[in-house]
Amino acid sequence: MPAGHLVVLIEDEAPMRSFLRAALGASNVTLVETGTAREGLAQVAGRKPDAVLLDLGLPDMDGIEVVRRIREWSPVPIIVISARGREADKVAALDAGADDYLTKPFGVDELLARLRVAFRHSQRGDTPQPLVTAGDVEIDLAAMRVTRAGTELHLTRTEYRLLAALARHPGKVLTHRQLLREVWGLQSESQVHYLRVYMAQLRRKLERDPARPSILITEAGLGYRLRDA
Amino acid sequence: MTDKRPSPDELLRRVQQEQARAERGRLKIFLGASPGVGKTFSMLEMARTARQQGLDVAVGVVETHGRQETARLLEGLETLPRRDVEYRGTSLKEFDLDGALLRHPYLLVVDELAHTNAPGSRHVKRWQDVEELLAAGINVYTTLNIQHLESLNDVVAQITGVTMRETVPDSILDQADELELVDVSPDVLIERLRQGKVYVPEQAQRALDRFFRRGNLMALRELALRRTAQQVDAEILDWRATTGIQTPAGGGERVLIAVGPNADARRLVRAGWRLATALRGECVVLHIETPEVRRARPAALAGLAEALKLGQELGARCVTVTATSVSEELEAWAAAENVTRLVIGYSASRWGFRWRRPVAERVLGRDPGWAVTVIGLTRGEEKTRPVRPPPSPARSGWRETAAALAWIGVAAVVGLAVRDIWSTTDIAMLFLLAVTVAGVRSRPGPALVAACTSIVVFDFGFVPPYYTFAVSDVSYVLTFIVMLSVAISVSRLTSRTREQAVAARSRERRSLALLSLAEELATADTAVRVSEALRRTVRETGADVVLLVPGPDGTLENLDATAPPLDAKEITVAQWAYSRRSDAGWSTDTLPSAALRWFPLAVGDAAVGALGVRPPGNVTAFSLDQLRFLDAAADQGAIALERLRLADRTRRDQVEIESERLRTALLSSLSHDMRTPLAAVEGAATTIRREGSQLAPAATAELLDTIIGEARRMGTLIRNLLEMVRLESGVLQVQREWQSLEEIVGLALLRLERLLSGHPVTTDIPGDLPLLRADGLLLELVIVNLLENAANHAGPTSPIEIGARAVEGSVEVAVRDHGPGVPADQREAIFEKFRRLGQGSGQGVGLGLAICRGIVQAHGGRIWAEGPPDGGLRIVFRIPLPAEQPSPIPEA
Repeated sequence: MPAGHLVVLIEDEAPMRSFLRAALGASNVTLVETGTAREGLAQVAGRKPDAVLLDLGLPDMDGIEVVRRIREWSPVPIIVISARGREADKVAALDAGADDYLTKPFGVDELLARLRVAFRHSQRGDTPQPLVTAGDVEIDLAAMRVTRAGTELHLTRTEYRLLAALARHPGKVLTHRQLLREVWGLQSESQVHYLRVYMAQLRRKLERDPARPSILITEAGLGYRLRDA
Repeated sequence: MTDKRPSPDELLRRVQQEQARAERGRLKIFLGASPGVGKTFSMLEMARTARQQGLDVAVGVVETHGRQETARLLEGLETLPRRDVEYRGTSLKEFDLDGALLRHPYLLVVDELAHTNAPGSRHVKRWQDVEELLAAGINVYTTLNIQHLESLNDVVAQITGVTMRETVPDSILDQADELELVDVSPDVLIERLRQGKVYVPEQAQRALDRFFRRGNLMALRELALRRTAQQVDAEILDWRATTGIQTPAGGGERVLIAVGPNADARRLVRAGWRLATALRGECVVLHIETPEVRRARPAALAGLAEALKLGQELGARCVTVTATSVSEELEAWAAAENVTRLVIGYSASRWGFRWRRPVAERVLGRDPGWAVTVIGLTRGEEKTRPVRPPPSPARSGWRETAAALAWIGVAAVVGLAVRDIWSTTDIAMLFLLAVTVAGVRSRPGPALVAACTSIVVFDFGFVPPYYTFAVSDVSYVLTFIVMLSVAISVSRLTSRTREQAVAARSRERRSLALLSLAEELATADTAVRVSEALRRTVRETGADVVLLVPGPDGTLENLDATAPPLDAKEITVAQWAYSRRSDAGWSTDTLPSAALRWFPLAVGDAAVGALGVRPPGNVTAFSLDQLRFLDAAADQGAIALERLRLADRTRRDQVEIESERLRTALLSSLSHDMRTPLAAVEGAATTIRREGSQLAPAATAELLDTIIGEARRMGTLIRNLLEMVRLESGVLQVQREWQSLEEIVGLALLRLERLLSGHPVTTDIPGDLPLLRADGLLLELVIVNLLENAANHAGPTSPIEIGARAVEGSVEVAVRDHGPGVPADQREAIFEKFRRLGQGSGQGVGLGLAICRGIVQAHGGRIWAEGPPDGGLRIVFRIPLPAEQPSPIPEA
């Protein structure tokens, strides 16, 4: 991991803070710890970090609100942390503009993987890459071409639009609503079965074993993401 | 008959009495012979002394009657505010019972025990207020004049010529823990009265002339002294009995008071009670109900009811039996009950003539062998002055008379036809026949008219000389008399039979009603059904009923939605009847202004509800019959409710036992399943901490793997426990969305990547499997649990297969392992909570499959285990597909 990355952590629980401090200290990341949303927002504004780790269960402010406030002026990648069973919170945070999420309990490997994606995005900025690679699949957004291990795949128009929506944000979780809106339009944002059916079709074309997807990854109860590289 | 030592039962009774007394407040009565002796004064002095001793004393109510000395004593004592009662335009200040109960002082001063409360108060009499105070554990000081004592009521009336309306039952005097006689000599009292210390001057003169005559005062003083002595006597007896000291002979007397319908019947009870008390004997009030009783005048019936009530108030045993002959039943009953003395009433007849000898005479005539005290009753209403039943519309008096006369007409016509052939005697027989038939078919009135008419007709048309009223032969006069008496006796006989039949029918109807009530109640499985059955049954008496049963917080609730709603006041009355287990409301002494009569429903000591009876509009009181019927219905209702209560408790106990069993299992599982991984984590972590870099890298890695693995195990365990709690508590809400089974299986496999790493897993999910309408997270949990189960039970490298297919409108999913399997007879049991096969072979607390079953069932599906012929265990679940398919997908 490249040196000098700055992460603002907004988390009120001391054991979690000490765990993250230990985990990130070894990875050469500078961690700014804050215990409240107010302090966190001030730190994000003042320090201009490369990523924000945000616990959704804060004492002084709703986590979703924190996401919304940061998004008003900053595209900094936000990773929200929340417990299992609180899927609705995560969806709300993602819809509000959070980039990724972690479900407690999580391991160091998972944390670092998510941060790596975030840093890449923050360096890259918001400009989409014309050529996206996921495993052995290559998506050429400029030419609207999809190849797997060099062979061109024939996708329907809808399949392509769905894949392209994911490819424009590689590694980022896109909620059902975001995907439906982008592919089918506003009026279809609650028709989750469109996604189920088209994801199954796409997987049959892109994945080696559709029952164990490695490119089109399901985020249970939230949405989907495209494997990043 | 002397008891040397109290029997165990007797001792137990005493102990219970003592206990009850300890919880009850103590009652001290300041008894005086007449107003003005200084009862209130003495009482307040005592109260002040108690106050000075630091006791919590309050004055509930004291009437100073303008006496300054008394008013001065009130200074410095806390006087509770009185309650304003509006009555006929005037505002009355009444004692506030609820306020006093709320204030709950140690000692409360309540003047004038015999006071009658203003209408609208909870109790009719103040002594009932005092009873409630005592029951609440408040000690009470109160005052009483001897003339207000119930049993002395007549005596006082005889002495003074004044009948006291405000009376107090003797039982409250007997209950008094202390009785203090406030005594002054008549001369002193008269002097006080003259000085205006008792009444204001103009009142005083009137009082001196009327009530406070020296003779009166002396007689009243004697009564007061005697009554106090009697009380002391009773205390001595009680003490003797407790300590086993021999009681002087004289016990064992049993006084039977026979009461019937008479407006004056209370006098019998008072006299009998005094006799029994003087003899230290037992007292029983007996009423024998005969068909005649039903026909007695309302005033007489009311007198009877009052006498029975008085008996109860005095503390006598009151019995009502049904029989046809009073004297025979009385004798039989008295003999069976070892009665030694009989008190019976005798009243002179109105006209000095009776159809039958009075009961007293008949009893005396039989020489019964026990002492009989006959009390003269003033008015001759003891017996049959029949109240005619209202004429039934079909058989009005006129029509009946006409029918009776028609028979005479028939006789006259036939007689005319045969007058020349038959002898006059035979024709007389013909008329007699007609009169008899008329008598049988009509009531006494029309029968009498028919008889007289027949005499006139017979005399006029058939007794020579014809067509005159002259009678040639005096013997015909005898014929007339015979005709008349035959008519009267026959009609009396038949009408009595008819009335008896009517009474029997109504009794039978009630018995049948009670019988069918019993049958209905036997099958009633809810309080609402009990209420409905009671309402149906009681409606036959023309009244409507409401059944209230205690809710979870002990307040009464009306469960029957069809019953008329009750206002708050009725509920209060019901609550009182329920908590005190005595009748209240309409036509009782407690809260009589209520619209309903409330019967407490109680079995033994346990109150189970209250039955409110709304009387039909036009009646002022229930008849004895109706009361008995309602009591019986209430008893049956109480038993039914008690049965329900017990059944409910048994059910609850069983649930509790079951959940207790589960709790125990959960605790023991948790203590094992949580402690083991925790111990491993702690052990591994402390080792790394202590040894640090000394540890070989491989060893460190192994220890760290242990920590990670065990932490994950605990995570799974907690997840399952949480899901179980959510399932069981009903918090869990299935959030159905369109789901792809393939996707869910993929998620589960990803989650279990580490655990399944050694197991070859094959999936067989057709690409065209329909979408499911399900909660994705829960369904994933099912698959995860099934896979974990398979991995944990089938050995480290055994293969696992996941298959799915659409079948019969459902999606069927099966997870199969190749482990040892489960015996057929245990394949159902593995879905129970905390069930693990074998010992220690697996992980978790045995919640996994129970959770699977819960989730699948929440989706309307089912789950079961199979044993494939080639070994292993196959767990299959089916989730039904929704009727409607997802909407078609438009091209983007």
